[in-house]
Amino acid sequence: MTDGVRALVVTGYGINCEEEMAAAYRMAGAEAKIVHLNEIFSGQYRLQDYQILNFPGGFSFGDDLGAAKVLSNKIKYKKTVRGHYLIDEIGKFISDGNYILGVCNGFQALVKMGILPNIGKNFDQEATITFNNSGRFEDRWVTCGVNPQSESSFLNDLKLLELPVRHGEGKLLFKNEDIARSVVQNHLNTLSYVDEQGKPTPHYPQNPNGSQLNCAGLVDESGQIFGLMPHPEAFLSLYNHPNWGWLKRHQTEPDEEGQGLQIFKNIVQAVAQSEYFVQP
Amino acid sequence: MRKGIVQSPTINHIQLVKKENVADTLADQVQESALKYFRIDPGKTKSGKIFTIVQPVSEHYIRDFAYQSLQDTIIHDVYINRLYQSDQYQSYLLIAKLPGLTDDEGISAQKAFIDLLNPQDVPDTQWIFTQDIFYFEQALTESQLQQLAEELLGNPLVNHFEYGSFNGTVQYTPDVRLHTSDDVQSIDVNVPNEQLQQLSRDLLLALDLKEMQAIKNHFANQETIRARKDRGLSAMPTDCELEVLAQTWSEHCKHKEFNALITYTDRHSGEVKTIDSLFKTYIKRSTDMISKRLEKAGQHWLLKVFSDNAGVVRINQDKVFIWKVETHNSPSALDPYGGALTGIVGVNRDPLGTGIGGGKLLFNTDVLCFGPPDYQKTLLPGQLHPRRIMSGVIKGIEDGGNKSGIPTVNGSVVFDDRFAGKPLVFCGTGAVMPARYNGRNSWDKIIDPGDRIIMAGGRVGKDGIHGATFSSLEIGDHSPRSAVQIGSPITQKNMSDFMERAAAANWIKSSTDNGAGGLSSSIGELARIPGGAVVELDRVPLKYAGLKPWEIFVSESQERMTLVIDPHYADELFELAGEFEVELSDIGYFTDEGFLQVLYDQKTIAWLDLDFLHDGVPKKQLTAEWQKPQLSEPKLPEITDYNDILMRLLGRFNIRSREDIIRRYDHEVKGKTIIKPLMGRHGYAPQDAAVMRIDFDSHEGLLISNGIKPRIGDIDPYQMSANAFDEAVRSIISVGGRLPDLENGHDLFWTVNDNFCVPDSVYHPQNNPDGKIKLAKLVQMNEALYDMATFFNIPMTSGKDSMKNDFIRGGTKISVPPTILYSMVAQTNDYRQTVTAEFKASGDLIYVVGQTYNELGASEFYQLFEALGAHAPRVRPQEALRVYTKMMRAHTDNLLASSHDISDGGLAVALAEALFGGQFGADIKLHETRLPGYAQLFSESPSRFVVSVTPQKQQAFEAVFGEDCHKIGRLTQEPRLKLSLGDQPLIDIQVDQLLNAWRAGLEV
Repeated sequence: MTDGVRALVVTGYGINCEEEMAAAYRMAGAEAKIVHLNEIFSGQYRLQDYQILNFPGGFSFGDDLGAAKVLSNKIKYKKTVRGHYLIDEIGKFISDGNYILGVCNGFQALVKMGILPNIGKNFDQEATITFNNSGRFEDRWVTCGVNPQSESSFLNDLKLLELPVRHGEGKLLFKNEDIARSVVQNHLNTLSYVDEQGKPTPHYPQNPNGSQLNCAGLVDESGQIFGLMPHPEAFLSLYNHPNWGWLKRHQTEPDEEGQGLQIFKNIVQAVAQSEYFVQP
Repeated sequence: MRKGIVQSPTINHIQLVKKENVADTLADQVQESALKYFRIDPGKTKSGKIFTIVQPVSEHYIRDFAYQSLQDTIIHDVYINRLYQSDQYQSYLLIAKLPGLTDDEGISAQKAFIDLLNPQDVPDTQWIFTQDIFYFEQALTESQLQQLAEELLGNPLVNHFEYGSFNGTVQYTPDVRLHTSDDVQSIDVNVPNEQLQQLSRDLLLALDLKEMQAIKNHFANQETIRARKDRGLSAMPTDCELEVLAQTWSEHCKHKEFNALITYTDRHSGEVKTIDSLFKTYIKRSTDMISKRLEKAGQHWLLKVFSDNAGVVRINQDKVFIWKVETHNSPSALDPYGGALTGIVGVNRDPLGTGIGGGKLLFNTDVLCFGPPDYQKTLLPGQLHPRRIMSGVIKGIEDGGNKSGIPTVNGSVVFDDRFAGKPLVFCGTGAVMPARYNGRNSWDKIIDPGDRIIMAGGRVGKDGIHGATFSSLEIGDHSPRSAVQIGSPITQKNMSDFMERAAAANWIKSSTDNGAGGLSSSIGELARIPGGAVVELDRVPLKYAGLKPWEIFVSESQERMTLVIDPHYADELFELAGEFEVELSDIGYFTDEGFLQVLYDQKTIAWLDLDFLHDGVPKKQLTAEWQKPQLSEPKLPEITDYNDILMRLLGRFNIRSREDIIRRYDHEVKGKTIIKPLMGRHGYAPQDAAVMRIDFDSHEGLLISNGIKPRIGDIDPYQMSANAFDEAVRSIISVGGRLPDLENGHDLFWTVNDNFCVPDSVYHPQNNPDGKIKLAKLVQMNEALYDMATFFNIPMTSGKDSMKNDFIRGGTKISVPPTILYSMVAQTNDYRQTVTAEFKASGDLIYVVGQTYNELGASEFYQLFEALGAHAPRVRPQEALRVYTKMMRAHTDNLLASSHDISDGGLAVALAEALFGGQFGADIKLHETRLPGYAQLFSESPSRFVVSVTPQKQQAFEAVFGEDCHKIGRLTQEPRLKLSLGDQPLIDIQVDQLLNAWRAGLEV
């Protein structure tokens, strides 16, 4: 029933999590195509042929000028071969009812392009993602709590998620208090770093970067766009988990699937059931 | 296209500073570090980034660029051509790159400029540069600022500094302005010996007298003279020819000492033997022997050894595994960050350029040897403090791995005072390549006359000129500045993405990397296959004008590959490269005429007989003399407080947690890392071998380990090498690896990279009086390599030797201890069957597997008492094989809940580490044996493990192991380690206390 769901996974310029993200979609029953961003600018691939546009993690342009800054500039300011700005094509893609996922560097790009949280609905930058309070890159697993009031197909049936963070610039800051308030009011802060009791926490290392609102991920109001710093595509198998030895021993029903895969299954399911989706 | 962008002839500066209400994390770190490490209190600190645009651009475009492309409106204030200044800050420090050094951020800014403004007619060289500026509240003195500049924030070999009281302007721009001089000189080598030697020194050729004489004789040869005359060439060699010979004949490229004729005398037995090449006698011969045995047993996984950039073994019908580990020691001593960064991105290019090339880079592994972070001795001029070397190297590996999207899955850090001069920086990369491209074996390098030579990737500058010859010298007062360079992971990532696609499309026929010796070395090597090459140097794209032709040829500018292509595919290849923004240049072609010919502006500037170039270097003759060190066992004080001993051991630099380093490396990008360096409930428990899966649709996996034991060499160099080998093997056995099996062949590969790092081992009565003993140690290390490899049938497939690891200043020499690193990868059919090191549940039984001996020489325990000892741990191959075979059986029968190898600190440390994975304790009862208690606890005898077993499997487990397992206790719910010897309680301590001692941190 997920036949014909197609995910476009962007790569190039130092993006480096495209393969595991494509694998995630394939495991979730969708087709996935890895495409160099320049192949979209050159018109070889068109957004309209896909239902999910994905910006994976990595170090686009080596994080120069700030993480994802050069990448988001390119999407905002460089024209495609057809003479359009890519950001406008993305706007059309969203209004057509399609979905966008950004992870880590991809999330940074969505925020710096103004695609998230996009309260003003005009792709003005309303937040940024900058250096961790620790001042350094870190690879560690965190627990994320899902905001029960958030509405996004990506997070259906998920309450707590264990995922790795791997970033030096993961601290989300909102432009001003009004924006932060709107984010909370509209439940756009869909994912928070939580402590062992499952409560959102500002404390290191459970909160690895010191994000405002302890926020690990945002959705837009439509629920079609989801960005997060932790890496769901890095937890597709139980054996990705740092404590798999213990989990395997204490698991009553052996399940070799990783929790991160659920996000991809959710969104593929949502596309397949969407009113816009025409099965080929 | 927009017109009119290029206008006013001024240099423009755009500065970004953090808004007042936004945290300035970088500045805060600088403030903290200045106080902590230098006792300099700069007060409130502010950072800024300056972009200098040296192209004339009209003001309003500068503003667009600043506000749209550079500024993050939420965190930055922008200053244009008027830099931030405030009375709040009394002093400042500006840090810029020296001309010609990689400034990736400037390049990225330039790309952003082009994306935004699409200007016409801007040059393709670099014209936007970045500089960092720090403002300090306190009026720091010149010397304080200089110290912060040179010892905390920059390096005089890499950076330009300005400091003092800020007047609001910056004058410096790092663009390179050189006067072009493409003159080619011929150099008279028909001179007496002293002048030949002087010539070698003056030109930094690093060739000795015999080698210079060989060159002199070659050019004096009547045939050479006639042939050169016929071609209208100078009789004497050109500068380019001499440089090419020096690069090709460097120790780095020709391994002259590993190929030398060695006379070895054992002073005790009086026995004298001759060894014709260490490489052929021990390394290659062991692999040849194993290869024959494997073939005879019908196992065909050993595909390519020693003859390419990296060894190749077969995973299955469709895939091969390629990998290489090498060192980057000398550059890391001078500029730790740049040295390690170029080390890691450099070794990435080895598997990338093996056979046809284009393999997918799967993982990095790094092993580092430093002086201790609390090193107290006075530093020699030019010597960097070990803590600084460590933090720079680790930052370099972090950027090199993380920015390339390659997980760093495994490694090791060793501390010893003798690494305080030159650190050892071992970098390794594994890759997976399709077994066939278009029906051809991917690992074969085929080149035909007429194939084009394509340079791909970065441009050429003066970077790393004489790198290959420099690494063959000890670090001295005249080490060339150009030996320092900084890699660009992003340039290389684009290139490796491109190569993967191009190889898959069958557009690449062969490839190799440009490393030491640059084009001269890569093309010189490739030319041997078809039998010649013609290179047109004026077609090589440069970073900046002004390089001499020979400099272009030997430059080691990073991120470049040499591709060999059939001219038929040129158009497709160039088009794809355009899409991936990778620069390609067609710089020549291959021939079968027997010569390496180099042209510049259609004029021949080098014409070298390939046979002479590659085989003309005279064989070295060296002398080794073995004499055992005079050693004794220490008289230990009576040990009353074992809690204290264990706590102190856990806190030792060689044992304590590497978490500060490990978390800075992305060890799980690609989503394929199964056993990471730290595992367990809180991610504290250290592991043995790393485990990776190969694909998302199979369960095949790789087990990756390292073994390094330099201190044992102070007692017994043979055992040092054997113990290192055993450590790497047992780490793999611990997680579930299977030894090669010639009888019941399972066809799972093993592949080893050996890396020798030794001090100068060539005897010299004044400069190196103990050279003969050092060389004897090297011989013994090789003997152990041969014995171990052939005993276990585990082959070397590639490796490297680094021969001059000495730091010499003003008559003082700091030499590394002779060191060998074995890096191993073994294959598994199912990564789900591997076992992690941490204990899993209370109630499980704990065993020591293997036999413990009273051999604490060079142990961490003896070092607590500042003793070396006389009895080094010995590898007993038969016993090791017996234990490992039982471990393999236990893994197959799924009998192990956990397994951790016993290494530094012995059983007690291994037990503590395995406890760090969960929330429980252990109740341990050791039996009284002939061994003293401390030996049972702290001996570092090899080939042993601490394992845990569920009670249900006790019987089956004990049936497998018999006398090779010793039940020592069980896991308890109470989180304490309680340990007694017979009736005598020795240790009783909370696991948390042990954990805190072990997690004391490395502050990198």
